[in-house]
Amino acid sequence: MRLLAVDDPWIKWTWIADHLDDIATALRQHVGFTVVAVVVGFVISLPLAVAAQRWRWLRPPTLGFAGLLYTIPSLAAFALLVPWTGLSRLTALIPLVAYTLFILVRSILSGLDGVPLAAKDAADGMGYHRWARLVRVELPLALPSISAGLRLATVTTVGLVTVTALLGFGGLGSLIYDGFGRDFRTPITVGTVLCVVLAVVLDLAIVGATRLMTPWTRARAGR
Amino acid sequence: MSFASEVVDWFTDPARWGDGPSSIPNRLAEHVRLTVVSLAVAVLVALPIGVVLGHLRRFGTLAINVSNVGRAVPSFAILVLGAQLWGISQVWGMSKAAVVTLVALAIPPLLTNSYVALAEVPDEVRSAATGMGMTSAQALVRAELPVAVPLVLNGVRIAALQVVATATLAAVVASGGLGRYIVDGFAIQDYPQVFGGALLVAVLALVTEALLAGTQRALTPVGVRLSRRPRS
Repeated sequence: MRLLAVDDPWIKWTWIADHLDDIATALRQHVGFTVVAVVVGFVISLPLAVAAQRWRWLRPPTLGFAGLLYTIPSLAAFALLVPWTGLSRLTALIPLVAYTLFILVRSILSGLDGVPLAAKDAADGMGYHRWARLVRVELPLALPSISAGLRLATVTTVGLVTVTALLGFGGLGSLIYDGFGRDFRTPITVGTVLCVVLAVVLDLAIVGATRLMTPWTRARAGR
Repeated sequence: MSFASEVVDWFTDPARWGDGPSSIPNRLAEHVRLTVVSLAVAVLVALPIGVVLGHLRRFGTLAINVSNVGRAVPSFAILVLGAQLWGISQVWGMSKAAVVTLVALAIPPLLTNSYVALAEVPDEVRSAATGMGMTSAQALVRAELPVAVPLVLNGVRIAALQVVATATLAAVVASGGLGRYIVDGFAIQDYPQVFGGALLVAVLALVTEALLAGTQRALTPVGVRLSRRPRS
């Protein structure tokens, strides 16, 4: 461990120019982990939340279990899996997916809870069956809340993926870790800035997609 | 020898329970101290600001966005930046980089939740307090704060969990804490030690959560408990 903080410039453009490939690889790995974790998390959360909304007694155990997983610190969660999954990508993905569950199940549930009774009655009156009503009326009306959950889950996951670098899975965290290991600040700066940019870009992408999928919210605001 | 028995051996090794620096009592004490001190400093800084701004319903966008921005910066990156800035300088016998980082991480959820807690106190409560002749400050202390307590404490809970988790990561850049076992274990491929350390960290996080949930329940006034459930 060093004795004093070193006096290295925060950014050396020549290093960046020479390592564009490494930076692109790290970014691609980071995006890959984030997207896979959030998508898998959503695929698991959706049926869980729908079930917990339909059968109220499922609610406390579902939220309780997801909350329990969410409480375990990330580094410990990765470490606890190593005996079973070794140093494979699953070791990184399982905790990342587990963390999204709590956020996503809660936001989907609160979205479904918020669907006005009048809308459900109207759907019933129009002869919708249970599942058709869920897919064509309730889920679209729950979209703003679901989208808020997806944004939170995505931004949180971008941050958590940096920790997986400690286990050697690459991603932007590996740039930060590498710079830390040899007291060279440029990769630290690059890794941190790209993390923030990535979080903002993915966040805006979800906001944009949600706007496109909920034209009625804009019509209402315009009136 | 099976992995489970190696973990048991790790836990029963006399070195785990002596007075050495790598004993469990010492590492646990380091972890708890770092967590409590950082959280206390963050609470002292953030709660008064959040409570007063929420009471005045001013600077709401700022108080809420500080959380969103804070979330986008990975805690691991903040730790490494802290280590670059402060090296191994110490404060109160702990790594300055770790303390400053943990305080910085705890402030956004504390600020945002205390702001929202006070800003969302129903208007009826505020006008009732004014109608009874309370000054603005009296209304804050005697009417608004009791109603806002569950949400304020929710922020403390979120911040505390984040600090416990990041104090584990702090072992990468500084000495001390239960994260030491995980980081050192990985470095020498001693996986029973990694697993033992991870178990201790997980238990500490769950105990912290249970304690704070209990505190939240105990400090919520009965009337508020009956009329409103805290949103988390």
